Amino acid sequence: MVAPFVQLPWLPAAPADFASLCRRFGSGEGPAGAEAQRLSNFALDATQSGSLSRAIARRRKAKADFAPLSPFRLGLLSNATTDLIADCLPAAAARHGVLLDLVTTPFDQVMQQALDPSSETNNAGLDAVLVAVDHRWLQLDRSRLGGGDEQSAAALEQLRTVVTALRGNRAAPPILQTVPVPPSPLFGSYERRVRGTIRTMIEDVNRGILDLADETGCTVLDTAALAERIGTDLWFDAVQWGAYKLPFAAEAGPAHADMVGRLLGAIRGKARKCLVLDLDNTVWGGVIGDDGMEGIKIGQGSAVGEAFLAVQHAALDLRDRGIILAVSSKNDDEVARRPFREHPDMALKESHISVFQANWSDKASNLESIARSLNIGLDALVLLDDNPAERAQLRAALPMVAVPELPQDPSWYPGILFAAGYFEAVTFSAEDRIRVQSYASDAQRAEVFATSRDLGDYLGSLAMVMTATPFDVQGRQRITQLTNKTNQFNLTTRRYRESDIAAFDADPAVWTLQVRLQDRFGDLGMIALVICRTRRDGEETAWDIDTWLMSCRVLGRKVEEAMLAEVVAGARETGVARLRGTYIPTAKNGMVAEHYSRLGFSMVEEATDGTRYYELDVARYEAPDLPMTVRHGSVRTPESA
Amino acid sequence: MNRDQIRSKIAELLGDITDNDDLALTDETTADDVDGWDSVNHVKLIVALESALKIRFDSDEITAPDNVGALVDLIAEKLPSA
Repeated sequence: MVAPFVQLPWLPAAPADFASLCRRFGSGEGPAGAEAQRLSNFALDATQSGSLSRAIARRRKAKADFAPLSPFRLGLLSNATTDLIADCLPAAAARHGVLLDLVTTPFDQVMQQALDPSSETNNAGLDAVLVAVDHRWLQLDRSRLGGGDEQSAAALEQLRTVVTALRGNRAAPPILQTVPVPPSPLFGSYERRVRGTIRTMIEDVNRGILDLADETGCTVLDTAALAERIGTDLWFDAVQWGAYKLPFAAEAGPAHADMVGRLLGAIRGKARKCLVLDLDNTVWGGVIGDDGMEGIKIGQGSAVGEAFLAVQHAALDLRDRGIILAVSSKNDDEVARRPFREHPDMALKESHISVFQANWSDKASNLESIARSLNIGLDALVLLDDNPAERAQLRAALPMVAVPELPQDPSWYPGILFAAGYFEAVTFSAEDRIRVQSYASDAQRAEVFATSRDLGDYLGSLAMVMTATPFDVQGRQRITQLTNKTNQFNLTTRRYRESDIAAFDADPAVWTLQVRLQDRFGDLGMIALVICRTRRDGEETAWDIDTWLMSCRVLGRKVEEAMLAEVVAGARETGVARLRGTYIPTAKNGMVAEHYSRLGFSMVEEATDGTRYYELDVARYEAPDLPMTVRHGSVRTPESA
Repeated sequence: MNRDQIRSKIAELLGDITDNDDLALTDETTADDVDGWDSVNHVKLIVALESALKIRFDSDEITAPDNVGALVDLIAEKLPSA
């Protein structure tokens, strides 16, 4: 048995003294980030969420250091009472790596807040505004058998007005939500076939909301999917709406907050990147070391074998959308690999696994080495493990790794893994699809390195082709994703929304560069970006390098050097005399602290917070020899250069 | 659950909601006597009691009962008799 979704069954139960733990945390001192995250990682009910949220608020007020949580200021516009939502949200956001500062507005002031340029929503320096309106605000709470299409169109027009106003007033980008369908069919099964019923109108509006979001670059919270999952009988509570104007049942608060937390985490680049699988009794039934190839249960023919096959299929589906798979198992390496190589019923093959760790060391060190060899943080890992003792140990040793609770029966494993929402996405690009392929190619590249005599020899043998292009519409999604997901090789860690990126294209004072790389093993896709902003300094024009980031997969290939040559060429073309680089230190980008010095920039200033400013005289720069062919995208041709 | 147990459950939840570690309630306690027992926290208390005790209040029962004793009586009626 698994508890229903509203009880967050993938999280361990909170300790009995949770409220007093929160009060102690709230009045404590010192760094607060890790403890906030630890306390958030329990299956909290609404009251417990409130205790934690208030404790976080108290520590925020006391200016506590919440690293590694990312601050996020979210505005909330709603046609309903939001006090209970506000109680749950900060606790759930911490679970997803976000320090939430929630700005609520008075009851039912959606239009006023959006339209009035002097409203709090338009002036609070928000990172996003959640437009949490439901069927009642959109006037879709009664059927209109004569004029359903007009009513749907009017509802969408209302939403468009809000989005346009928020955009026009330069508030933060809106997050729209889909609309759950209340369970009150006028016709029963015939409902869907009649224009103007509540269901047909809301379904039209939900399609329109997705189009509106695409058109205006809004993120979407799929509230309708959440209500469907929980069950609309539970979601819609007539008494709680009537008496307190709660937009949905109070019991659904923690699950709703977790959905919002995931989305904010994904916007901040905190979604997980890698699924680490235990083997015995997690991807097959039985213990390979004891039961042998014939004894383990996997594949069609038995309920248990099919259940484990479904776990493997879930992992493969995640891999198809760009999630990396790894293995960590207490086994002899040879024994653990045998089913992958020889068992005919295994869906998972060795080639699907980017890092395979089968040994007798403890799981914590294995997970550390998986993160290291993939060049990702421990907070990007999820461990699926059937053993409660291993899970508890791992959570204690490495609290940043997500470890879902699992019930006895493996049939529930895929459902729990998906329910936990570790891999929330706000975009899905062609690069996601090919990323897994390129992680596999990494292993082949490593082999070439082993047979090469030196670095130059190795880089030359890769036959790299770098393509440098200004930002364009085709690349926009991936560019946005890179600014939000890249933490290590990122000089300034500035996060941009798709609409910001679109604005750069139109801005003559902004010069942009997107870089793709191919080598003989495959296409690595778009792997690096530069954004420069023009600045006048008296007679002289300079470029401030606003953003310089690169995927760590192409470290050590002289891509940075080749990129600088492109930036300098662009600068010369436009008459720019000086490049100014900035390094803003974070917990994760230490690897690029010396980036600009390595490229020949000179440091002009180091601020007390560690931010460093550099300059490069464009006239003095000489391009080095590069181990790759450089091609230019369609817009800037070599002739015009 | 007897009346004393119901009263301690109310005290426990209301204490969590108002961040009060040792909240003591008697039948005569009213909302005005408790720091933080305002209308918003009353809603939180009601829905927390509903989840914790698997009961539901009706629309006309929700407006704050006169005192804790009246709330205990209301809950006692809704719980299966022991």
